[in-house]
Amino acid sequence: MSTNIQRPIYMDYAATTPVDPRVAEKMVQYLTPDGEFGNPASRSHPYGWNAEAAVEDARKQIADLINANPKEIVFTSGATESDNLAIKGVAHFYAKKGKHIVTSKTEHKAVLDSCRQLEREGFEVTYLDPEPNGLIDLAKLEAALREDTILVSIMHVNNELGVIQDIAAIGELTRPRGILFHVDAAQSAGKTEIDLSTMKVDLMSFSAHKIYGPKGIGALFVRRKPRVRLEAQMHGGGHERGMRSGTLATHQIVGMGEAFRIARAELEKDRAHITRLRDRLYDGVKDLEEVYINGDMAQGVPNVLNISFNFVEGESLIMSLKDIAVSSGSACTSASLEPSYVLRALGRNDELAHSSIRFSIGRFTTEEEIDHAISHVRKAIAKLRELSPLWDMYKEGIDLSQVKWAAH
Amino acid sequence: MFDSATHGDPGVVYLDNNATTALDQRVLAAMLPYLQAQYGNPSSGHRLGRQARAAVDRARQQVAALVGVHPSQVVFTSGGTEANNLALKGVAQRHSPGLMASSVVEHSSVLAPLAALQGAGWELARLSVDADGRLLEESLQAALARKPVLLALMAANNETGIVYNTGPVAQQARDAGAVVLVDAVQAAGKLPLDFATSGAHLMSLSAHKIYGPKGIGALVVDKAVDMAPLVHGGGHEKGRRAGTENVAAIVGFGRAAELAAAELEARRRRVGELREHLESRLVAELPGVAIFGQRAERLPNTSFFALPGLDGETLLMTLDQSGIAVSSGSACGTGDVEPSHVLMAMGVEPGLARSAIRASLGKDTTRDEVDRFVDCLKAQAQALQGLGAMACAVSG
Repeated sequence: MSTNIQRPIYMDYAATTPVDPRVAEKMVQYLTPDGEFGNPASRSHPYGWNAEAAVEDARKQIADLINANPKEIVFTSGATESDNLAIKGVAHFYAKKGKHIVTSKTEHKAVLDSCRQLEREGFEVTYLDPEPNGLIDLAKLEAALREDTILVSIMHVNNELGVIQDIAAIGELTRPRGILFHVDAAQSAGKTEIDLSTMKVDLMSFSAHKIYGPKGIGALFVRRKPRVRLEAQMHGGGHERGMRSGTLATHQIVGMGEAFRIARAELEKDRAHITRLRDRLYDGVKDLEEVYINGDMAQGVPNVLNISFNFVEGESLIMSLKDIAVSSGSACTSASLEPSYVLRALGRNDELAHSSIRFSIGRFTTEEEIDHAISHVRKAIAKLRELSPLWDMYKEGIDLSQVKWAAH
Repeated sequence: MFDSATHGDPGVVYLDNNATTALDQRVLAAMLPYLQAQYGNPSSGHRLGRQARAAVDRARQQVAALVGVHPSQVVFTSGGTEANNLALKGVAQRHSPGLMASSVVEHSSVLAPLAALQGAGWELARLSVDADGRLLEESLQAALARKPVLLALMAANNETGIVYNTGPVAQQARDAGAVVLVDAVQAAGKLPLDFATSGAHLMSLSAHKIYGPKGIGALVVDKAVDMAPLVHGGGHEKGRRAGTENVAAIVGFGRAAELAAAELEARRRRVGELREHLESRLVAELPGVAIFGQRAERLPNTSFFALPGLDGETLLMTLDQSGIAVSSGSACGTGDVEPSHVLMAMGVEPGLARSAIRASLGKDTTRDEVDRFVDCLKAQAQALQGLGAMACAVSG
């Protein structure tokens, strides 16, 4: 047990992860002049052939994690681009068939903003409300499907809450209706099982930097049987069977492949380790009063623990926790002071939404770090509540919802 | 500064730098921390995130300095292809379909998006070139008279190396009300580039052509240009390009840009001399050799030539077997056996075009490697012509 914990303690794995040293080592082989730096599209020399071979090996490693055919993997610059490609690519290709799309209010911005762009182009989008625990009610989803629905997009694991949607069941609703089903799996790959030989998912987005791979590389699974077509969004030399042009970044792809290989080999081990630590963290704070879990621990990945501490303002809490790197809401939206749209979609009132912290842990998190975090959090909560007039009122038994606040 | 060529097997000679370049060791050194301890997401508020953000900001300044702009004008993309796609489609989205103009010798990452736009109702005006690859004035004027929304002209061609003086063309295009895209992917790092002088409203750049990593590029923008984003979600790059920043690659791009700016003159001079040496040997020792674009100003590193009667693809294979890496035309287009669209546009006879070989020298290419290439070429040419000379063996 080391006493040299890296400070701050990193508990923001859902925002990004460190590159696994094994992944970095593999990548460096493709970054040096002695290594394989060729353009994989160069057909005329071994520099190109070796680079191409490495790319194809990585493609297989990714396909193996999700039980797909390597030919169904299209490399992109990340999950954001994959989401854009899937949603816009399908919408534009199948626009004559229909112009209705169904998604949820808790999707990542890459999905929501792509949908909003399509709305500007004349498509109609239904944004489903989640249940209070973040899960989508399948009956409500089914009720939203129409004759002119061409696409459903529901993320597998939510980045803020960690809840796992039943994508297998959703696929059973969409496939018989001839509706394409896209799943953003950026937060689920390597954390929970994905079997595309049984799940009726047509398109699936992946990110490397969420599972110990490098930033700037991702993939989109595009099913071949039954065949899914899409309009390419990036045109050029026709790479990736015409679905995504642009020189392939060999070192990035090799890194992603290695990260996925490790994830497949170590999924059980990682999950057991992270579950144990998540339980430890939760046990360390659950006895504090007015603590609420956002999400659903039973139906969520253990990597994410999203907690609201009532009567404590979220930004103040984060500032008090300066020795722990966490986030309130998602990284993408943390620049603004708006409360998380995901928590708002759950029906959390503004106060609780503002007082939430997302702890997201991972492969390299240690028990010692958890214990330090617990200790910091408890101290910070105690101090902030001591200073909080709302906490005083609560302790006195005043029902805050009945208070008439006077303006000064 | 000039490391001896360490790429791969010491017996192998890499002369395909327009396809891609080896990562400079100094660039790798700058990147490594961002593949290891410095893994923060720049959008995160905590210290690790802020450090990543600072690294991105520094790199943005370095890329901006390469072309003489303010950092806020640099939009990072996943490469040159995406930068061109963003420029063309981003501008198109802000207009109802009209006319787009481009030269016929543009890279596929410009021509293919234009073809896609054509499918969506846009018209294309093509600026033709003469036998020397130079833009035909009548062609340009005819296009401008039709008031194109956008005009795309590359700063230098990847196959022939021919340099296009975009400034005067851009000025005329601007006068006609067009937005100007200058694809500077091949020119950057080989020639001095100045955004203002180029006349561009939009300029594309790519890291892996200047000894930086693959997977990162930039679109340099005149902020007055109305351009829609292509990748939505999260608002990164001031709403111009969403997605978690590839910090390591961005840092690498910045360092590569910094080195390119600092070493530009020295690289240019050195590689220019080597190319001259290469071509004087070709002319002296390979009778009948045709060098494309020789009469035009060219990038200092590129030699695109043909040995009449010899099939280019076959020659490539035999050269490769002897340890020489070159190409015929662009990397992207390989896999099909069509002759180069650039040579076709220059009116080169298809048979000759099929004999084309492109040698693109790098900053670390040695004179010895150039000599070995020509020696091998001679041997292969003779062998293929059935004159019985021994195929060359490149020994270590």
